[in-house]
Amino acid sequence: MTLKATGLFKVFGTCPQNALELARGGRHPKDIFRDTGQMVAVSNVDLTVEKGEIFVIMGLSGSGKSTLVRCLNRLIEPTAGTVTVDGEDVTAMNRAGLREFRRTKMAMVFQNFALLPHKTIFENVEFGLHVRGEARDARRDKARSALAQVGLEEWGGHYPHNLSGGMKQRVGLARALASDPDILLMDEPFSALDPLIRADLQDELLQLQKAINKTIIFITHDFQEAVKLGTRIAVMKDGEFVQVGAPLEIVTNSANDYVLNFSRDVDCGKLFVARDLNARRIPLVQEGISPSELRAQMAQTKSGVAVLLTPERTAAGYVTEIDLCAERINGHDSLAHVIHSDIPTVSQETPVSELYAECALRRPVAVTDAEGRVVGAFDASDVLQQLSRAQTTRTIPAPDAGSET
Amino acid sequence: MNDYPDEYILPVDAWIQTAVDWLVAEWRPAFQVMRWPIAKFLDLVNDGLSAVPFWLFIILLLFAAWRLSGWKNAVLAAGSFTLIAMMGLWDQSMKTLAIVLTAVVFGVLTGVPLGVLAARSDRFWTVLRPVLDLMQTTPSFVYLVPVVMLFGIGTVPGVIATIIFSLPPMIRLTNLGIRQVPLEATEAGEAFGTTEWQSLVHIRFPLALPSIMAGLNQTLLLAMVMSVIASMIGAEGLGLTVLRGIGRLDVGLAAIGGGAIVLMAITLDRLTQSFAEKPQ
Repeated sequence: MTLKATGLFKVFGTCPQNALELARGGRHPKDIFRDTGQMVAVSNVDLTVEKGEIFVIMGLSGSGKSTLVRCLNRLIEPTAGTVTVDGEDVTAMNRAGLREFRRTKMAMVFQNFALLPHKTIFENVEFGLHVRGEARDARRDKARSALAQVGLEEWGGHYPHNLSGGMKQRVGLARALASDPDILLMDEPFSALDPLIRADLQDELLQLQKAINKTIIFITHDFQEAVKLGTRIAVMKDGEFVQVGAPLEIVTNSANDYVLNFSRDVDCGKLFVARDLNARRIPLVQEGISPSELRAQMAQTKSGVAVLLTPERTAAGYVTEIDLCAERINGHDSLAHVIHSDIPTVSQETPVSELYAECALRRPVAVTDAEGRVVGAFDASDVLQQLSRAQTTRTIPAPDAGSET
Repeated sequence: MNDYPDEYILPVDAWIQTAVDWLVAEWRPAFQVMRWPIAKFLDLVNDGLSAVPFWLFIILLLFAAWRLSGWKNAVLAAGSFTLIAMMGLWDQSMKTLAIVLTAVVFGVLTGVPLGVLAARSDRFWTVLRPVLDLMQTTPSFVYLVPVVMLFGIGTVPGVIATIIFSLPPMIRLTNLGIRQVPLEATEAGEAFGTTEWQSLVHIRFPLALPSIMAGLNQTLLLAMVMSVIASMIGAEGLGLTVLRGIGRLDVGLAAIGGGAIVLMAITLDRLTQSFAEKPQ
């Protein structure tokens, strides 16, 4: 399911049309509020979220992110703009149509869980199914499997006040999953939880998403959380999207000071994977190469090491320039004695933060593609270079940064 | 002091007299129709209570109170009613209980829907609110005059006066309870596609229940008060005992009548209060 919002505005106040015109004309929401007293909470937001994505909307409190997500299922009526789901116009639906849409297509998870205290966990989970009038047996089966998905199948008979915060939110998630919606709206679902539980639930959500493959809109004020979960991130400020992009893009190429402020503390080692490193500097050569040829190549590339490959393109070992020269001085001039066969290989998808230990041993590391063929090699200097390059771009403000503060 | 000119005095009393006369003349059949369900229900409760011997009633009360609110209140309830029986006021007490129960049942049947309506519509609440204020500030025996004119005298008009007098807290606390349901609960319901009715049945009403039960408790106590005052228009029960005691300057009779009323009121209060406090 593709969720698409176009030109979405929400103005709170007594005469929204007036403020809407000003906002469309490009006035900043703060100026509009000062001049007219109308609060532009969401201003000209466009977004498209595809199936399988976790689209994170990140912003501080008061940035309009909760209002925005409520505009998507019309818990708050947008002042202007359209929301479509696979081409179907949600904003044009009548009450009955909207109700049906909420019952089947789109479910929501809330910051403070919003479980019903007078119903058991099981009744809470089957609430959405009950509301849409499903038969008892079908309802039970679905609720049971939803509870199993979040690992709480034994808690069905308890009441919400018996559960910890983390468990309550799992129930909230199970309730949303039970009605098997295509789209999940998650409004700061983990913000009320303590850090360890939050990290657990983040991991679980990522795992779950691999299995269920929904369209997820995730609201948070925590940039680290956004970077961890997001397929793409939209940074929101004063009702507008400041920057939309993949986590890596936002961190390494922040649009302005505002975004930079958040991204500065992100550990780039967790964002980059081996693929992002410069793996072309170290030459890759076939096993049968003659010592003199190898020396020539190393001289040409100015690399102190070279990685030798088998005919199947797996790593056979590496040779250093020093060993090679020493061998020549000794008069043997054959590769057999100087090959170090203890070369580690990592996949292209390995996060850079997991490579530090390998690099510390002063030897090259071979990078393999999905089929296990070596596509390149790097050593500690490449890792450091990549990290420092990210650091440099992040501390030098982009030229247009002065306008946003 | 007395220099306000007589010719400028508004004849409000005459206007009201005319209005009530007109109501009585033109609408009497309508008021008689309203009497009917109340009279029937009162008879039913009266028959039921008089069919049960006092000892069986006390045993049933003991058991019910124990199950509903624990042994302390059970002992209190059974003790109170035993004392009432020992003072020789059993029949009168049952009559009063019948009046109170009838008034509370009709109070809930009208008060809860009105309260829900008031909570869902601000416009209705602005209209209803001054009416409730008027009902609560009017001295209780002032109700009796129009009730006698429209419904006559006796126990049934007494019940009607009791219903009117005890209704406001039921409406107010239902309204308050429904309005205090947290937005996040109803919003969650809405996000899952509840209809207005489903939201009321599954979310608003259950979450407002403690407040509604507190309303029930208040209504019950007010009904107790009014059932005594209603003896002035011929309602039977403990009120009549007190009235007779006062009329004959029989201090003892008035005192045991009053004592029985207090015992019954405390019992009913404790029992209904424990509903309101019951954990969900």
